[in-house]
Amino acid sequence: MSEAAQLHMDRRSFLRLAAMAGGGLVLGHYARAADGAQIASAGVERVDGVFIPNAFIRIAPDGSVTVFSARPEVGQGIKTSLPMVVAEELGADWHSVTVVSAPLDAAFGPQSAGGSTSTPTSYMEMRRMGAAARTMLVEAAAQTWGVPADECIAADGAVRHVTSGRTLKFGDLVARASTLPVPDLHSVKLKDPKDFTLLGSRIGGVDNAKIVTGQPLFGIDQKRPGMAYAVYQKAPVWGSRPLKANLEHIKTLPGVRDAFIIDRTVPEGQLIGLVPGVAIVADSTWAAFSARRELDVQWEEGRFAKSSWDDYARQATEISKAAPGSPKVEETRRDGDVDQAFAGAAHVVEASYSYPFISHANLEPQNCLAHVQGDKVEIWAPTQNPDNARGLAAQVLGTAPENVRVNITRIGGGFGRRLRSDPVGEAVAISQKAGIPIKLTWDRTDDLQHDHFRPGGFHFLKGAVDAKGALSAWRSHHVSFGSNLGADDYPARFVPNYLLLNTRLDNGVPQGPWRAPGSCTYAWMICSFLDELAHAAGRDPVEFNLSVLGDKDLVAGTGKNGRPYNAARMRNVVRQVAEKSGWGKEMARGKGMGLGYYFSHQGYIAEVAEVTVSPKGVLSIDRVVAAVDVGSQIVNLSGAENQVQGSIIDGISAAWRQELDISQGRVVQSNLHEYPLLRIPDAPRAIEIHFLKTDYPPTGLGEPALPPIAPAVCNAVFAATGKRIRQLPMTRTDLSWS
Amino acid sequence: MSKITLQVNGRSYDVDAAPETPLLWVLRDQLDLLGTKFGCGIGQCGACIVHVNGAPARACLTTVSEAVSAKITTIEGLSRDGSHPLQKAWCELDVAQCGYCQTGQIMSAAALLASNPHPSDSDIDDAMAGNICRCATYYRIRAAIHRAAEIAAGARGAGA
Ligand code: FES
Ligand code: FES
Repeated sequence: MSEAAQLHMDRRSFLRLAAMAGGGLVLGHYARAADGAQIASAGVERVDGVFIPNAFIRIAPDGSVTVFSARPEVGQGIKTSLPMVVAEELGADWHSVTVVSAPLDAAFGPQSAGGSTSTPTSYMEMRRMGAAARTMLVEAAAQTWGVPADECIAADGAVRHVTSGRTLKFGDLVARASTLPVPDLHSVKLKDPKDFTLLGSRIGGVDNAKIVTGQPLFGIDQKRPGMAYAVYQKAPVWGSRPLKANLEHIKTLPGVRDAFIIDRTVPEGQLIGLVPGVAIVADSTWAAFSARRELDVQWEEGRFAKSSWDDYARQATEISKAAPGSPKVEETRRDGDVDQAFAGAAHVVEASYSYPFISHANLEPQNCLAHVQGDKVEIWAPTQNPDNARGLAAQVLGTAPENVRVNITRIGGGFGRRLRSDPVGEAVAISQKAGIPIKLTWDRTDDLQHDHFRPGGFHFLKGAVDAKGALSAWRSHHVSFGSNLGADDYPARFVPNYLLLNTRLDNGVPQGPWRAPGSCTYAWMICSFLDELAHAAGRDPVEFNLSVLGDKDLVAGTGKNGRPYNAARMRNVVRQVAEKSGWGKEMARGKGMGLGYYFSHQGYIAEVAEVTVSPKGVLSIDRVVAAVDVGSQIVNLSGAENQVQGSIIDGISAAWRQELDISQGRVVQSNLHEYPLLRIPDAPRAIEIHFLKTDYPPTGLGEPALPPIAPAVCNAVFAATGKRIRQLPMTRTDLSWS
Repeated sequence: MSKITLQVNGRSYDVDAAPETPLLWVLRDQLDLLGTKFGCGIGQCGACIVHVNGAPARACLTTVSEAVSAKITTIEGLSRDGSHPLQKAWCELDVAQCGYCQTGQIMSAAALLASNPHPSDSDIDDAMAGNICRCATYYRIRAAIHRAAEIAAGARGAGA
């Protein structure tokens, strides 16, 4: 039985357990039942003889354990790692655990997957879920034997009485455990982490066997009886609308059932959500794709129809000459007196850095299956943010959120793109009009041209070192399309004279979070420019950066919302990566090492890249060493290493060749032949990862290993060739040398 | 529309499709063989790789008329039960992140191992350059192909 079918069949018992969870559990997130109503009766309910201590766990009389995974799986490994946390505290035998994806339901607490927040927000809660169930099983065994519960331990799916050696399997305890009260989740006794046996080990992804045999796990694989296939053509210039289209002709094409314009009143220039377009509904994906090639739409193009990247770059250069206090130049932070520091400096360096818009390029194109029936809708969607999907579906249909049922499928890559739900809104609108289940599939061109892009940006920098070689001043003007550098972004607080100016260009480009938003580009600019200053000072970059990090352990944030920066943690990873990489060794011309380090998503990470650049300028990345501090506990060592390896290669891929050009108000590139993602020959031969175990709570790894790699590579290229890369993609810079 | 007979994974299927329809969409929409993925539709990503008469082919660029009378193997037919050495190695080394590209990766790798049972790193790079992994699991893909070669050699050794 497929997971979806199993869930469907279990819906009734699921509702009962959700209701139970609403009454029985007191943790904040879990206090409401599935239907939103507060349930008064506390305690545990039995469903067909199954022990259900809380919304996340079921144990059957045969000892099999089912753990629900509430967070969407985008490839970050959460569907394996959080159930491991539950199983660890439960004392389950991992081989008898089945993990099932939960549908969107309040019983499961927060269900988005973004910002590397799942681990830090759910780690302790999942421990408590497992511990509560274990406490009940242990109590059931103790009662059976008439011994004190504290003489019993749970491990490998059984409870053992330590003094007598008697054991009872979980399955034999479910009947009695189901009659016991649920312990208070705040005070339930947790395991001592030094007794962990599962956490920190290497566990393969729970869906691996299904993935390698091609099971239909993904959104794009979903089907419903009687469904049709749809495509949706949006305006090439974002925020504009269709005036007319050759719909009558389209309707005559083979396999086409209907074609229509969707143009609800959306606010002028709305870029996010359901935007106007033309839908084609057909018997098959190919019939819809084929018909679309003959679609001829006349668009009303908005005020950004003439915009271009070149023009944005020209505007940025112009505004960078404006003094602080000029219109459109916001002064975000000022410490000391940069001008005076520049005047008295031993060396001053000026540089401008820029990077383009890029796409998330999820390999599974955006899609959604929606079935509208009256004022109700059920959707199957690869969404990182099912709550947002429900909200948009309800808004499009003009119905209450309770009338939207969201099934969360496995996701073919997230990277932040699927925190927004535009394909869901489109599928719902089309299904509503068509009156049948609709699977909407974007093609690669839709995906590249209607992404919510990682914003491009421009940084105009001036820095100085004093006679002792210390970093003395940093002036930065960030010209952006959306958000800007914040007042506490590094190296603010670490330079005595610091000025940050920010400008936002008027533009009509849809933008959104892209893996380690902000940090993914800021780290490159900051660590590259620090490297320039180290060289200007004639100092070794590792030693120079350690001196910038100073000697304070914890540097307080600025103001009420300021973020503290743990400089001690950062110095540790920098030292560690230098030692493990063999930093400082003699290297031939054309070979070099570079350092990148960054604090993001609560993780402290430093990376060293080792590169070779041929005299003709051909780059290869030979080795990357990473030192990673994400706290006291790596949950799944295999998953954690996979995230770091993937983040490193993804970061290289983004920086090396990815670029979307904008001309005539639209993206120029149309498919992957014009948008080169990194392929296997360019992946580093060696990646070495060192996790530092520290006394801090465990935090996420989906993002923070990405920001340091681009500067590490670019700084290594400088060490190898003397060529400084100040523009991304890296291919814009000629790296040849002689 | 025309009636077309396809031989897929050792079974014969009668389908109704225009001759120029890409094999990809017949597999996915009509035959419910959903392990073959759509990524780009223009031969760039390799997510749709199947075997046509044993050779790797991009199902998004192979029309059904070209596929008639050929022996087609999809990921669903690579082994009956996930026991192909590559499938085992992929699980053992926990290669997948999102997993979307991996069926295409495995089909490319299977064709490589069939012709070169002990590929070097650079053989792997050459044979796998047509398969994009957006999650960038390349590091593990290399290792898993080496591991699969070992598993296959072990099985041959045991059988001899
Ligand atoms: S979908 Fe066929 S190569 Fe990309
Ligand atoms: S695992 Fe996600 S695209 Fe390869």
